Amino acid sequence: MYTQSLSIPDGEAKGPRKVENPDYLAEFNAKIDAGGFIEPKDWMPEAYRKTLIRQISQHAHSEIVGMLPEGNWITRAPSLKRKAILLAKVQDEGGHGLYLYAAAETLGVSRDELYEALLSGKAKYSSIFNYPTLNWADIGVIGWLVDGAAIMNQIPLCKCSYGPYARAMIRVCKEESFHQRQGYDLLLQMMKGTEEQREMVQDAVNRWWWPSIMMFGPHDKDSVHTDSARWGIKRISNDDLRQKFVDATVKQAEVLGVSLPDPALKWNEARGHYDFGAIDWDEFWSVVGGNGQCNVDRLAARQKAWDDGAWVREAAIAHAEKHSVRQQQAA
Amino acid sequence: MQKKEWPLWEVFIRSRNGLDHKHCGSVHAPDATMALQVARDVYTRRLEGVSIWVVKASDIVASDPDAKPELFDPAEDKIYRHPTFYQLPDEVNHM
Repeated sequence: MYTQSLSIPDGEAKGPRKVENPDYLAEFNAKIDAGGFIEPKDWMPEAYRKTLIRQISQHAHSEIVGMLPEGNWITRAPSLKRKAILLAKVQDEGGHGLYLYAAAETLGVSRDELYEALLSGKAKYSSIFNYPTLNWADIGVIGWLVDGAAIMNQIPLCKCSYGPYARAMIRVCKEESFHQRQGYDLLLQMMKGTEEQREMVQDAVNRWWWPSIMMFGPHDKDSVHTDSARWGIKRISNDDLRQKFVDATVKQAEVLGVSLPDPALKWNEARGHYDFGAIDWDEFWSVVGGNGQCNVDRLAARQKAWDDGAWVREAAIAHAEKHSVRQQQAA
Repeated sequence: MQKKEWPLWEVFIRSRNGLDHKHCGSVHAPDATMALQVARDVYTRRLEGVSIWVVKASDIVASDPDAKPELFDPAEDKIYRHPTFYQLPDEVNHM
């Protein structure tokens, strides 16, 4: 992915040209309407570019912050097999963050700028990661419900109009399937265990169910980023995705032998979908606004990792520069 | 302290012998050796490749998207370059 266009003269900002030319705009709209892809050096409206930077970087931040709640359990995994699986999963989350940062960088923003926006709190990440992982079953439930919800959200993004984002998402989705299945498998195994283990699973499901269905975001009628649909970035609405997720999950809960903590959850023959209860949006906005149980810890952990790694980043680049000078002198 | 970002490298992977290396993404790394290691960790965790190329992104010269018409349109009126341009008798048309 090419972050810097060679045709742009020095002094001008990095990234695609910002001239809002009506001919370019018509060409852009025609490409979008025909279901085509926009590539990094193509002309794009400034608002499209900004929307993508916001969305892709928030997505990347979510992956990176998402390593924390699960990383919390790596040293306490109950067996070597589960530890190896969890390590691989957390490594994948890091990888997903990197694919996505790289995709965002093709829009003319630097990795450091993106990261600083996360650390300063200017950029958001998925609020699901501001909930704590209290017992081992949480690791299974995160795979099953949280990654399950993420997959629902992400599959339509594989066809999003911005090429680098779509390609990154194809890669991400392939790997997410492992995440969801390992989580469900972990829970199945716990459900075959003791009464106490089954209670742990139910407790984790009770705590994660509502935050999981909040992951799809506000109801369509309250949603603000409506241009995303017109631009082919968001192809299925929040409510439709949420419904799809609920419909798919009910059966999985049955097979697992757990209940979902919503008395209003009921099959609606006329709609052909499950009805479900009202979502507590006050809780959602409160967590987004920084008042979740773990917001402060999560950012502190990312900040510490960034600060503690500073000398490594500097030493590595100093070494590379010294080496490169020596090579030039030898030549 | 002066802050400096690690340079960007484009990553190309040959998924198996017999196929071309294909662009799959990019990584930041201070030098070529580390770029290869990072690319290995980021892009080949599941047997996705048997060979990796990394190229400094700043060394790639790309065509200008505005030059698309001059560069690529002329091919459109040279349909005689394609085998389907030539209608041959049915008996020999599988040629």
